[in-house]
Amino acid sequence: MGEAIVITSGKGGVGKTTTTANIGAALAQAGQRVALIDADIGLRNLDVVMGLENRIVYDLVDVVEGFAKLKHALIKDKRFENLYLLPAAQTRDKTAVSPDQMRSLVAEMKEEFDFVLIDCPAGIEQGFKNAVAGSDKAIVVATPEVSSVRDADRIIGLLEAEEKHHPSLIVNRIRPSMVKKGDMMDIDDMIEILAIDLLGVVPDDEFIVVSTNRGEPAVLNQQSKAGEAYRLISRRLLGENVPLMKVEEEGQGLLGRLRKMMGIKG
Amino acid sequence: MFDLFARVFGREDASKEVAKERLRLVLVHDRSSLSPQALESLKNDLLQVISQYLDIDDQGFRVDFSRHDDAMALVANIPIKKKASRNL
Repeated sequence: MGEAIVITSGKGGVGKTTTTANIGAALAQAGQRVALIDADIGLRNLDVVMGLENRIVYDLVDVVEGFAKLKHALIKDKRFENLYLLPAAQTRDKTAVSPDQMRSLVAEMKEEFDFVLIDCPAGIEQGFKNAVAGSDKAIVVATPEVSSVRDADRIIGLLEAEEKHHPSLIVNRIRPSMVKKGDMMDIDDMIEILAIDLLGVVPDDEFIVVSTNRGEPAVLNQQSKAGEAYRLISRRLLGENVPLMKVEEEGQGLLGRLRKMMGIKG
Repeated sequence: MFDLFARVFGREDASKEVAKERLRLVLVHDRSSLSPQALESLKNDLLQVISQYLDIDDQGFRVDFSRHDDAMALVANIPIKKKASRNL
C-alpha cells in the first residue's frame, strides 16, 4: 500500500508542477514505483513539464468516467524505471470529477505504486478539493514573497478543514544573496509565520527554465542546484534524515562567524 | 564597516522586515475572518476590560492570531506600565 501526497500552494506560479515532476522523478530514480496525477483539469501542464505531452491517449476524466482503464491511461516515462503519469483532461473542467471519485481513483493507484503524487491546481475551489480528497499527506509549496506566504497560510487552514493534518512546507526559489541583504524572507521567517514543518528548500535556479523548455526534470542534471534540492527532498520523503539543502552556504563565512562570536542566532 | 554592522544587527529598512510586518497584519484578518472593524472593537473591548485592573500601555497593545499545531490562538501582547491600585 503506497502513500498519496498532494502538492499544493493556493497561489499559482510558485512551482507546484515543477515540484511534482521533480520529486516524482527523484523518487523513481531512488527505485520507488511512482505515479503522478495531474489534477489540474482544463489546464493540464504536468505532461509538458515531464515531456510526455505527445503520448497522451486517455486522461483522468476518461478513467473516472469508465471510458478507459487506469492501466491504459497511465503513460510510462521511458527515462525512469517505474515512473508513470496520469494526465489531466484538457477539454473538460474541474466539475468533471468529484472528491469521491478522486478518493477511489487514488486508492486504486496506491495498490500499484509506492507513491502517488497529486499536482493540485491553483485556487481553493473544487479543483483543490478534488486534488486533496484522496491524499494521505500534503506538501505546501511557497516562495518567499508576501502573496505566496499569505496564500500558503490560507491553504494550510483549508487543509485543516479537510482533515489533512500536518502538511509540510517546501520553500521554493530562494535567493541566498537577497536573503543575505535582508531583502528576502529567509526559511526561519517563513516557518515562523506559517508554523509548519519544513520538508525542503529549493534555490532559485535558471536551469529550471531550461529543463522545462526541454521537458526533462531537473533531477536528471547533476549540476542543477534545484535538481539536487529535489533529490534531497525525495530522500527525506523516504524517511532518510538528510540535511536541508545548504542554500546559505556561500553567505556563511565572515558574517556567520561574526554572528556566532557575538552570540547572535543567525 | 557600518554596512556590515547594519547587516549583523538586522537592517531596519531591510525590505524583508516590511514584508513580515505586512504579512503579520494581513494574516490577522485572514486567520480570524474578522473584519478590520470587528477586530478593532475586539481590541478596544479587551483594552477596556484589562485597564480596569492594570495600567496598560495602549501604544504597544497588539492582537495577533497565530497557529499552534492544529489550533488557532488569539495572542494579545499587552505591555503593562505598572500595577494599578485595585479597589476590589
